[in-house]
Order: sequence, then structure tokens, then C-alpha cells
Amino acid sequence: MGMPGRKVFISGDEAVAEAVRLARPNVISAYPITPQTVTVERISEFVEDGSLKAEYLHVESEHSAMSAALGAAAVGARTFTATSSQGLLYMAETLPYVSGARFPIVMMNANRTLATPWALLSDHRDSLSQLDSGWIQVYCENAQEAMDMIIQAYRIAEDPRVMTPFMVNLDGFILTHTYEMVDLPAQENVDRFLPPYRTANRMDLDDPKTVCYAALDDYMEFHLKQELDMRKVPGVIEEVELEFKGIFGRSYGGLVEKYCCEDAEAVLMTLGSVTGTARAVVDAMRMEGKMVGLAKIRFMRPFPAAEIAGIAGNTKAMGILDRDLSVGYEGIVFTNARSAVCEIESPPRMINFIGGLGGRNISKEDMRQIFDQLMQAARGEQGERVRFVNARCE
Amino acid sequence: MFEIRWHGRGGQGCFTVARLLGMAASVHEGKYSLAFPSFGPERRGAPVLGFTRISVTPITDRSMVDQCDYVVILDETLVGPSSLAGIRDGGVLVINTKVPESYVPMTNRLIVGIDATSIAMDVLGRPITNTAMLGALVAVSGVVSLSSVQKALRQSMDPSMAEKNCTLVAKAYELKKEDRFHGKTTGS
Repeated sequence: MGMPGRKVFISGDEAVAEAVRLARPNVISAYPITPQTVTVERISEFVEDGSLKAEYLHVESEHSAMSAALGAAAVGARTFTATSSQGLLYMAETLPYVSGARFPIVMMNANRTLATPWALLSDHRDSLSQLDSGWIQVYCENAQEAMDMIIQAYRIAEDPRVMTPFMVNLDGFILTHTYEMVDLPAQENVDRFLPPYRTANRMDLDDPKTVCYAALDDYMEFHLKQELDMRKVPGVIEEVELEFKGIFGRSYGGLVEKYCCEDAEAVLMTLGSVTGTARAVVDAMRMEGKMVGLAKIRFMRPFPAAEIAGIAGNTKAMGILDRDLSVGYEGIVFTNARSAVCEIESPPRMINFIGGLGGRNISKEDMRQIFDQLMQAARGEQGERVRFVNARCE
Repeated sequence: MFEIRWHGRGGQGCFTVARLLGMAASVHEGKYSLAFPSFGPERRGAPVLGFTRISVTPITDRSMVDQCDYVVILDETLVGPSSLAGIRDGGVLVINTKVPESYVPMTNRLIVGIDATSIAMDVLGRPITNTAMLGALVAVSGVVSLSSVQKALRQSMDPSMAEKNCTLVAKAYELKKEDRFHGKTTGS
């Protein structure tokens, strides 16, 4: 353990901004969008007051934000950007450029739903629409985890075995606008954990080469190399988390955090801040002797298929709570999880709960009903595969 | 777990005091706290909400606050069905008013009134009532100490503004500290 941190009472947006300052990026290129705005405003203030020595590029759109970040990363700069919702979609064209060129840009995404209807509040439709962009994706439960994951994101993304961009997701408003106590690490500890970024993958007058290559017949090999390196990411996440814990004293359970899963007859899988509500309900139901468990899926890419299959093999019913919906099928997390589970010999009953769209509240009572339905499924009761939580229509 | 809901209008500092209370409880008393505004668009003058959750154990639940222990109303034009709803049995309403008794017929919850506007005019020379209402809430509830609130104020404001607000909070606290646990409607 190194120097102790400082306790501060800040919002999720501010926690991300503080983490970015600690990570010492060279270039920030961002366009404001609710509910990410406070993050980029704070970072802009840090650059203005000199507490973050970086170039802040005020761009005219999210597409330009990522394009400029890509240019900065192409000369070897540590780079940060942040977006949300429609901003992420507007940026989408540039995301595979960055991942294919193997630039380890770190981006915060404040999860916010998509239009139409135009809305401000949180769900995961924005980031889950970009699962195939070649980026690493993590989902955070609270402001501390968001802060810690920004710092870890640079270490993981810039690891020579990885060299892949990293999206840190936090639920809009529920995390971005909620103030809570956060342990702000000492700069010297972050410097020890995260040395300056050095890479050969950059434009260099002394060593001229092309970056953001064009390819014809070699395209497939480039893309497969991305896949092979992404398969190394789980190991790197584990290493980095262990080292982070050694210095800062905190860890989050790798790709999937298991909570009361060992002897659970029914397990619910969640993403993001709603995990906390599920945690409180699992605690209450365990006190009543009900064998329920919780698994927090932290990373959606790389997808923790083996971990999910392992949990599934040990329980009778498994629920996936999606705060998204792929219209015409089911929740996106459910599709991914069921594909992992179908490999095992005797899979559990699987139910997809879809809730919290557009920021709809998921109360403790809603959560209890989800667990009750899972316990019924564990006893063999049949029912719908996809169920909507707290929806006011059939 | 204490759950407190704050009612004000955009620009009155409603969420600022929700946050100051959370800071006082967590940073200065080692408790756990969440403070958040009503989510969505923000406009000056429009009714806004602030929430503070305080507990001696970690708070993981981030669903909406449904039932509160205390409701604090900074602007009495906001007293009505929505601000009077969602208060637990034994819960208390703290209202910025000269006439608390006029609200008694509207609710079966205990009402504590304080003329925060006049006190703020005396101390600040402006009708900014948020910190006075925080002082009244702390006096009535005992959820944190007065000195923790003053530390949070000093941590969050420039020195001259912090000192004025520390005086204001203490004044409101002194006026209302006798009201803690009294089962009656009170004015100042």
C-alpha cells in the first residue's frame, strides 16, 4: 500500500474528471452532451488552471472529437474523450478506425437512452449498440469504481499485448449526477501504477511508417489479430487488478463479480448501477433463507463467456436483467449470455428481464419480484422467456 | 437509513444543501451518504427536488427515493399534494414559513416551521434560504452535528461566504433545536 488517498464528496462525472487528471493524458478532445457535460467541463477547467498539463481540443461534434483523438493517438499521445447516447452513435463511424489502428484511447460513456422519443435518462442502448466496434467495454456500479476503472483503463488499453481502445460506462444521472464519498488516490501512487505512454505504433519522422493502414487481401488477418489480442485481455485485466489492489487497496472481481452465487438456486445477472439495488435485495432475501445470488457482469467486451457458463452450471435458474432491447428479439446481454450457457451439459432455466428503459425506476420491490420469478423457475415453473419489468402496457 | 427530500425552485440552492448534508455525514462523520437531484432537465424557477440518503452502513441501493423521513420545503409556494406525499409514519415536514399552522389541515405529519427568509435577510442580506433550512433540519433531526455542517460549508465555499453561512446555519439551528422529537407544530 502506498500513500493514502483523500476522501472527497463528488459526483460520478467529477470522479471521472479527477481520474483523468490523475492519469495525465496529453490530449483531451471532447464535445459536451448531457449527462456527460460536467466531466468535460471539469477537465477543461483543469487544463485552464494548469493542474492538468494537456491540450484540450474544443471540437464541433462527437465525430470530430473521436477523429481528433485518433489523430492525437496516432502521434503517440495519451488521449481521452467522453460522450453519451446520440453522441456515441454520431461518433460510431470512427470507433472501428481507432480499434483497428490499435490506438489505446480511453473514453467515458455516460449511459443514456436513444431517441425517439428523445429522452435524457439512463439505459444501455447506446453502448451496447457498439459491442462490435472492437472496443473493450466495462460497466461501473458506483463513482469509486468509475474513477478506478478510468485509471485501470489506460494501463490495460496501453499494455503492449492489448493495444485496444477502452470504453468506461457509467449510468447517466444515477451515477453521473449522484454525489458520494470517493477515495481520491494520491498522484504519486497513480504515477507509479501508470507510467507515461510509450509506443512504437505512431507516426514518427525518424521511423516513417503508415498508420491507419489500408488493406485489401490482408484485411482478414488484421481483424483476426485484433480478436487474438482481445482474447489476452482477461488475463491482463486480472494482472492489472491485482497490482491496483496492491497499491490502492480496492478490487472489483475481474470480468464478473459473483455475490452469494456458490449455493444459489437462482442467480440474477446485472450490468451497472442497478447491481446495487439487486445486492440489497439479495441481502434481504438471504436473511429469509432464500437461496438467491447475483452476478455483476463488468465487462461486455471481452465477453466473460467462461465465467458465465461456470455460474450457470451451478444454479437452477438464471435471469439476465437487460436495460436495453434489441427490438424484434430480446435483450442484448441475454443473447450474449445464453450463447455462453448453451455450451454446458445441463443449462439452467434462463429468463430475460427487460427493465429500466429510458431511466424507468427499478425499485427494490421490482427486484424482489424478479428474484421470486427466478425461484419459481428454479422449481420448474414454465413461463415467458422475455419479461418486462414494471411496464405500464402488455 | 435516513432519507431526506428537499423541495425548492431552480436557483434556490436546493440541491446544494442536499449535497452539503451528504458531505457533512460522510466526509466529516464517517457515515455513508448519497446526494442527488431530480434527474432530467434543469430550469431556473422550476420546481426541483434534491435527495440525501444517510446510513451507518454502505448504501448500495440507487433506486428512486419513495418514502422519506424528512421533507424540507425551501419555498412555501411548493407546499401541495406532491410535496406532502411520500413521508413515512413519524416523518417530519420542515417548511420555510411564517404560518406553519396554516398547513396543519393538509397533512397528518408533524410540521416544523421556520421563517428562514427573514433570518437569511438578516444575515446575508438576500433571501437565500437553503443553508438556514439545512440548519433547521439538522436541529430537528439530529442526523448530523451542527459542527459537521459548518465544516462542509467551509470546505465548499469561499471564506467570507462560508462564515456568513455558518452563522446563518447556527442561528436557524438554535431557533429549532428545542423542537427535536416534540410532537407538535411549531413556528419561529
